[in-house]
Amino acid sequence: MKPNDVILHSVTKVAVFIILTFSIYLFFGGHHNPGGGFIGGLSVASGLVLLYLTFDIETVRRNIPVDFKKVAAFGVLIAIFTGASSLFFDKPFLNQAFGYFNLPIFGKTELATAVLFDVGVALAVIGTAVTIILSISEDG
Amino acid sequence: MNNTVILPMIIPVIAGLIMVIFRNNIRFQRLLSIFAILAVGAVSLLLMNQIRNEGIQTLQAGGWAAPFGITIVADMFSAILLLTTSIVSLFCLIFAFSSIGREREEHYFYPMFLFLISGVCGSFLTGDLFNLFVCFEVMLISSYVLISLGGTKLQLRESTKYILINVISSSLFLLAIAYLYAITGTLNLAHLSLRVAEAGQDGLMTTVAFLFLIVFSMKAALFLFFWLPGSYSAPPTAVAAIFAALLTKVGIYAIFRLFTLVFYHEQETTHFVIGILGAITMVLGAMGAVAYQDIKKILTYNVIVGVGFIISGLASFTSMGMMGSIYYLIHDILIKALIFLLGGMIIHLAGTSKLKDISGLIRNHPYLGWMFFVAALSLAGIPPLSGFLGKVFITRGTFEEGYYWLGAIGLITSLMVLYSIMKIFMNSFWGETYLSREMEKGTTNVSTMLPIGCLTVMTIALGLGSEGIHEYVQIATESMMNPILYIEAVMGGEPIR
Repeated sequence: MKPNDVILHSVTKVAVFIILTFSIYLFFGGHHNPGGGFIGGLSVASGLVLLYLTFDIETVRRNIPVDFKKVAAFGVLIAIFTGASSLFFDKPFLNQAFGYFNLPIFGKTELATAVLFDVGVALAVIGTAVTIILSISEDG
Repeated sequence: MNNTVILPMIIPVIAGLIMVIFRNNIRFQRLLSIFAILAVGAVSLLLMNQIRNEGIQTLQAGGWAAPFGITIVADMFSAILLLTTSIVSLFCLIFAFSSIGREREEHYFYPMFLFLISGVCGSFLTGDLFNLFVCFEVMLISSYVLISLGGTKLQLRESTKYILINVISSSLFLLAIAYLYAITGTLNLAHLSLRVAEAGQDGLMTTVAFLFLIVFSMKAALFLFFWLPGSYSAPPTAVAAIFAALLTKVGIYAIFRLFTLVFYHEQETTHFVIGILGAITMVLGAMGAVAYQDIKKILTYNVIVGVGFIISGLASFTSMGMMGSIYYLIHDILIKALIFLLGGMIIHLAGTSKLKDISGLIRNHPYLGWMFFVAALSLAGIPPLSGFLGKVFITRGTFEEGYYWLGAIGLITSLMVLYSIMKIFMNSFWGETYLSREMEKGTTNVSTMLPIGCLTVMTIALGLGSEGIHEYVQIATESMMNPILYIEAVMGGEPIR
């Protein structure tokens, strides 16, 4: 008999959006307040894991055709290259730069290279966390 | 500030990550891994020359000054070890090409190998105790994967033990770091050295020093080596060789760093205990090597003897002993890789590691046999091969300091080492040839014989040409015996206390 999981399905569809939105907020908040790449990435991963739990792994994999091992590797690469880019400006490794720019919609905005590094961290965390969950779920 | 210092850590990581993305292209992975390791070697050569000309090189990551930021330091000792690391890992890698098997190659063997190298290089370069812990973990986690990759029954059994032991010692490591931070309020090695020197190394500090000694002894197989013979005989030859060559050496490096830079005030206690541990390690290791009749066991026990011997140079804490330790460390990294590759080759050909079932291989494999002979002599420290000079200096160092027993044990155990390794040579290469070429379980080919040949040439060259690296070893010894050089390079004459 197929279990009746209508409630789970409908709640998940809404909740995943909230989780993902909140994780983006957390991610950007991390620049000056609590939050950041690690925690943002982790909450994205938790949203994805909720999807995997509610719909089965095959369905989600069809809709998000991403190899999360590669996401993790890509994330760490972004982080390292952000750090290493300071080598070209003759600054110490992992040096960061920031400035204030007037952008069309946002107005005066702070843009910092640390965010790029954080993107890398977030991707690495998403990739690793989801890979761990998926490989645990593989064999009974 | 010198950004070159960070490169040996990040080049292997970047290469490894690119390989994770291109998982199925094995040919590309092989090329990239060779390229990455060659790059590390080139960078370490560059560093050695920079250090010779301009003194110890440092990098404050992100521009945050020591002791607040992350400090990366390359002194001559680290640079020499980096170069040696890149040389042996290159040869082990080439050996792996034909011997490791398609299955393992597809399951991230090359990325893990490079992460391991990155962890090893990082441990040699970091100037901060916590980052030493992190680099140790990078190295250990890659080694967990490498030791269990392939999933044979033996591997899984041994890797469980290996992981358990290392998790315990890592948690002790963290504990020791916490104690030290609570006492001194800093983890930057140079800053620690200053503060310990100022506050004096009292009983509490010495106790923490011993806790560190326990942790690193577990990693370096100094006295606490019970886990080593099992773990190192489980993985395939190329992996076992790189483990035997590098992993214990990182532990030894950490002991050297801490007990020359930070805890060098109470030598009657700490260095004396290190000497005793070294002596016990040598004796027990040599007994194991003599007693067993199994190639893998004999070789792993030889690793243990080497650890004890290198450590006795530190125990003496004389310039002579230190210089010997550095020479012997370089030699030991090369020769352990070589002897493990050779042993693995014998096992591969004969299909067994039991000495009594192997005989007369020299008829079909004369080159292999004579290279094994050279390696065996070098391992025992027969002149003019590479082990000789280190042995002479270490022995002189221990005699100078009045540790006659330590020097004597070192010499006696090297005879036992010679006996144990000759036992392999005579049993497996001499005697009647049972196996014709067709009956052998495996064959030799270029990819396996090239690294063995190159390493053999290197051990001869290092013995004959030791004059050539003497200048570098001298600089390394000097900076280890004078912690102030290291401190000044890191702190840059800052008034911070």
